[in-house]
Formats: sequence, structure tokens, C-alpha cells
Amino acid sequence: MPALKKYRCDLHIHTCLSPCADLDMYPRALVAGSIKAGLDVIGICDHNAAENAGYVMSAADGKGLTVLPGMEITSREEVHILSLFENVEPLYTLQKIVYEALPGVNDENVFGCQAIVNEHDEVEGVSEKLLIGSTTLSLETIVETVHDLGGIVIAAHVDRESFGIIGQLGFIPDTLSLDALEVSYRTNPAEFMKKFPELSRYPFITSSDAHRIEDIGRACTVLEIRQPTIEECLKAFGGSAGRRIVEP
Amino acid sequence: MTLADIAKKLNLRVLCCTDRLDRVVSGGYVGDLLSDVIANSRAGDIWITRQSHRNIVAVASLKEHAAVILALGKEPDDETLEKATDEGVPLIVTNLSGFEVAGRIYELLTRS
Repeated sequence: MPALKKYRCDLHIHTCLSPCADLDMYPRALVAGSIKAGLDVIGICDHNAAENAGYVMSAADGKGLTVLPGMEITSREEVHILSLFENVEPLYTLQKIVYEALPGVNDENVFGCQAIVNEHDEVEGVSEKLLIGSTTLSLETIVETVHDLGGIVIAAHVDRESFGIIGQLGFIPDTLSLDALEVSYRTNPAEFMKKFPELSRYPFITSSDAHRIEDIGRACTVLEIRQPTIEECLKAFGGSAGRRIVEP
Repeated sequence: MTLADIAKKLNLRVLCCTDRLDRVVSGGYVGDLLSDVIANSRAGDIWITRQSHRNIVAVASLKEHAAVILALGKEPDDETLEKATDEGVPLIVTNLSGFEVAGRIYELLTRS
């Protein structure tokens, strides 16, 4: 088994599939930007969509960068939830569930283009779904579905009023099994917990939520783990068997 | 003005806690961001929202709201209704939009 090592992780990055992200965030450019930012692990989390995640994994192949494919799901309460997996199969199952629960058609002149681009910079198509919208899935259903598929669930940018769980719901329901909370690059866990001391029971991570190449890695989490897998990440969140969150 | 008066005049559908319709409504608040509702609403308010997560019951209970109105025919989640019944928070549904129901209640409260 590999020795414990520190991994720099930015687990919340958008690609050009997200309507609000730059078109420059195509898989090969995103991978190059992540390596330049000194990252070891990245998470791909487009809004309610996963079509580019596999292409980012292919683009990173053999480059010493681990890609955890995932999705930033919008619950019906308008809360953003990050899900991360080890490979794309369970993510594609999640994609089906999310698309069935996501009404509306995108107008790219209004919300932006939703480009599916492969690892060779070729446009494979566009997603017609209204990715900026909310699913009809409840927070509880999303958490349960992602866990059933073997993924991890992180409440996104909990410090932000818009689409953050505390802004939307006032507080985190204690029955919700979140694996961690993410704070945005605007703050840090210590600062955030001054306002919400009751949340100290959760593990905290921070990520860039990058929508542009230059924002990749503007916040990241350092995990001491044996290898960059979902299981090891969970151990680090739980502080078990020597794994830990080193920063933030 | 009591909840019963408002419910009757606006033909609202009360889902639970019908024994609490004698509560006096002193004002109102409209909001779907629960953090905002916690920060800015007052005791005795009738709270109008589109949010149906069960946290609305905790917020209404904490802030001592007279009742929660779910606008535009929004039905609460089962567990929301269950929690509201347990905690004595009247949940009310209307087909009116938030704008319209707020306007009508404002009119009733300022006239009375």
C-alpha cells in the first residue's frame, strides 16, 4: 500500500458545459490549468450535468493529475450539492436521474453555451437541458441517491447566501448525512465557524468553484491520504487511520 | 385580525393545526431564503413562501410566526406537514401567487 502523502485537491471546478463558465474551460485547457496551479487532484462538478467529466479524465491521463468526476446538483430547495465519484459509470446513472428531474430547455443567448468538448478539443455537441435551473429532487433524495451510487456528498459554498444550504434553509437539518461542507475562496473554515460554531462537527474543505482557467486552485484543500480515491478522501474527512485534512 | 378571518376572507386551505386559527396576525413577511426570514421576520407575522422543506417549520416555530402560507398551490413535503402538525405551526396553501396573497393580506391588516 502506498505511503501517506499530501495531495493538493481542488474538488469543485466547472467545465465549458456549465452555462456560466468560460468556453475556454474545455478539458485539455482545464487539465493544463490545474497542473499549472500545482494541483494533484481535481473534481469536475458542472451544474446538473456530467457529459464532460469523462473527457477531462481522458485529457488528464498519464499527466499525474487525478480527476474525480462529479456534479453540482441543484436541489428543489435551490441548494447546491457537490457529488464526487471514482469513475464515470455511477455518475452517468446519476446524470439520468438528474436529467429526468430537470425541467426546461436552455436558451444559450440568455444563459450561455453548454458545450460538450472531448479531450482533443473537438465539440461533441451541446446539452439542451436548462442546466442553470433547479431539479425537482429534494436535498434528502439527492444525498441518499449519491450515497447509494457510492459517491461522496458535500454541501457547496455554505458561506454564500445564494444557493448555499444555510442561506436557503437557515440551518443544516441534522438528519442530512453530508460528508463535508465546502466554504468558498472568499472565507476559510475558522472564520466561517465564528458565525456558525454548531457546524464544527462537520469536516470542512475549500475549493475554487472555478468558472475560468485563471481561477483554478484559488482555493484548495490539502489531504494527507495514501492514494487519491473516494475511500481515502472519506477517511481524511473522518480523520481516521492517519488520514486527515491538512488544510484549510 | 385572526388567522381564521384571513383564511375565510381569502379562501385559503388550512392543512393542519385548525385549532390554532384564533391566533392574531400582526404583520407579514415574504421570503424563500430562510436565513433572511430568520433575520428579518417578526413574531406574529404570517409568512408567505415557496420553500416547502421541513426547515420552514423550525423557522416559523423559532420566530413565533402566526402561520406559514405556501403560495401558488405549493404542497408541503410529507415530513414538513408531519412536523408542522407536531409543532403546532399552521400550514396554509393558496393558489394565489406570493405577490397577490401578500397584497390581499396587507390590505386586510391595514384596513382592520
